[in-house]
Amino acid sequence: MNNKYISWILFTLLLLLLLIAAALLSLTMGEASISLTDLVTLLKEKESMEYFILTQIRLPRIILAFSVGGALSLAGAILQGIFRNPLVEPYTLGISGGAALGVAISIVFGLQTSIGIFMLPVAGFTGAIITILTVGILGFLRGGTDINKMLLIGVMISFVASSAMMFLMSITTSDNLHGIIFWIMGSLDEPNKTLIQITLYSAIAGLLISYIFARPLNALILGQEKAAYLGINSKTTIRLLFIAASLLTGICVSVAGVIGFVGLVIPHLIRLITGSDYRFLLIGSFLGGGLFLILSDIVARSIISPNELPIGVITGIAGGILFIIVLNQNKNKKKHDI
Amino acid sequence: MTSDYLKIEKLTCGYNKGFKLKGVSFSLKQGALAGIIGPNGSGKTTLFKGISGHLNIISGNIHLHNININNLKLKQKAKKIAVVSQFPDAADLTVEDYVIMGRLPYRETFQFFESRKDVLIARKYMRLTGIYEHRKKHLSQLSGGEQQLASIAQALTQEPDLLLMDEPTSHLDITHQVQILNLIQRLNKEMNLTVLMIIHDLNLAAEYCEYLIMMKQGAIHTKGTPKEVLTYDKIEQVYNTVVVTQNNPLSDKPAVFLVSENILKEIQRKYGYIQR
Repeated sequence: MNNKYISWILFTLLLLLLLIAAALLSLTMGEASISLTDLVTLLKEKESMEYFILTQIRLPRIILAFSVGGALSLAGAILQGIFRNPLVEPYTLGISGGAALGVAISIVFGLQTSIGIFMLPVAGFTGAIITILTVGILGFLRGGTDINKMLLIGVMISFVASSAMMFLMSITTSDNLHGIIFWIMGSLDEPNKTLIQITLYSAIAGLLISYIFARPLNALILGQEKAAYLGINSKTTIRLLFIAASLLTGICVSVAGVIGFVGLVIPHLIRLITGSDYRFLLIGSFLGGGLFLILSDIVARSIISPNELPIGVITGIAGGILFIIVLNQNKNKKKHDI
Repeated sequence: MTSDYLKIEKLTCGYNKGFKLKGVSFSLKQGALAGIIGPNGSGKTTLFKGISGHLNIISGNIHLHNININNLKLKQKAKKIAVVSQFPDAADLTVEDYVIMGRLPYRETFQFFESRKDVLIARKYMRLTGIYEHRKKHLSQLSGGEQQLASIAQALTQEPDLLLMDEPTSHLDITHQVQILNLIQRLNKEMNLTVLMIIHDLNLAAEYCEYLIMMKQGAIHTKGTPKEVLTYDKIEQVYNTVVVTQNNPLSDKPAVFLVSENILKEIQRKYGYIQR
């Protein structure tokens, strides 16, 4: 077997081991301190308080962290591939801006009190979908796939949405203002199990669907024209993947708010380690993103314990610094393009 | 059944509001090595993109082995026609990973990895083009000539019947120009591969191509053997440039010389006309 495949398998196993370790660590961390050795015995005592904390609070949170991190990072890898631009991340296309605006509208106009706790995710998802449709329809108009145009439209929608949101924030009450800001900063504190399940299944479905297009994505590295000469239907590939990545992002933003940097940094790090073959990059980004967000959550929960920091603070600072360090160490090695 | 392998009839294609071909017709036999020549803006690349399928055909037909290529799906077309572009691809890929992409047209929807056969075919053509020893290197670590060889290896890995090349040697030194064209000539002879290439250098076109298509303003001006096409009067009509032609003493193929303005003026002053 090819050396490349062996190193891929080893790296995947390493990521899986790290994921399990991070999950176990995360289970033991928190206000009620539970040691690793007690974990097994506690899980047998189904009546205990600790059992409730582990299975009803900490485990769902870990699953959500894994799903959101994996999905955002996967979406980032896909978008960087179809746009052939290393600076694209899920939020560049205005999806988070649209979702945030949806949430802001629902908070300011008090919609959540009338419809209930599902309102914020629904509002966020609606905002995200409207943004995706706008970018998609304008970008795909007249049968084209001018990806640079789509990128610019996304960036502009992002600006429009954030300005509209600032307008809402400037005219509303301070209670609402707090609610909006809290949501924007991102949080993995999601009590609803159905939403967590939806996120997990969507993330896995996203990975499976995008994996079918792993080899076409590799060909798109060479450009749409060349990919067509290799028998790849570039337009269909780009459109399907764009929709998949957008939906993943929309779901993540609706459930967990805006968690920046995962979708930009993790695909990059994986690319630096394994190269830009999407057959690995997609899986690596998914696992790496999940791992990164579980670790970030541990830090966010423990650094000013018993209070917790917004997770976006940790992903931004840790992701940015980690990225600069790795990039600097790698500068003497081979150059990496998309 | 005609014996023509590639048959192009009254082809019109082009850009929505811009340049269009004015009904181009020609045909090639299987195993032909043909060149498209003509000045910038004469429609060489438009014709090329029409055949490769990158531009939509407005009217006319392209038949490959009596099959209208409009009826072929992208994957089927990619098994018959391979394209080598003017500028080699310089992505962050190893040579081996790049060359094996030529097997993409043969993949099944759920086939995530190349088969053993795919690997063997890719290796065969890496050896044939002489880049096998560089297979672990990244494309960006190769010289321009080696990158072009890698593109040719990828195209051959598609196992096409027709190889289209867009100025494969335009940015290379003479060593690599001759190396690449010798390789193409060898492939053409040994594999009976039909080759159609755009080529700017008239002397290389004369030396290597058996058949030339000279274009002017979106239409074919002259087609035929190099001796028939590359005469000074025809070249002057098409290129609006004064040239002198002679035969290469070794190959007996036409060779085209350019003359500077100063010399031309001097000759005009001395003789009143240009004696060839």
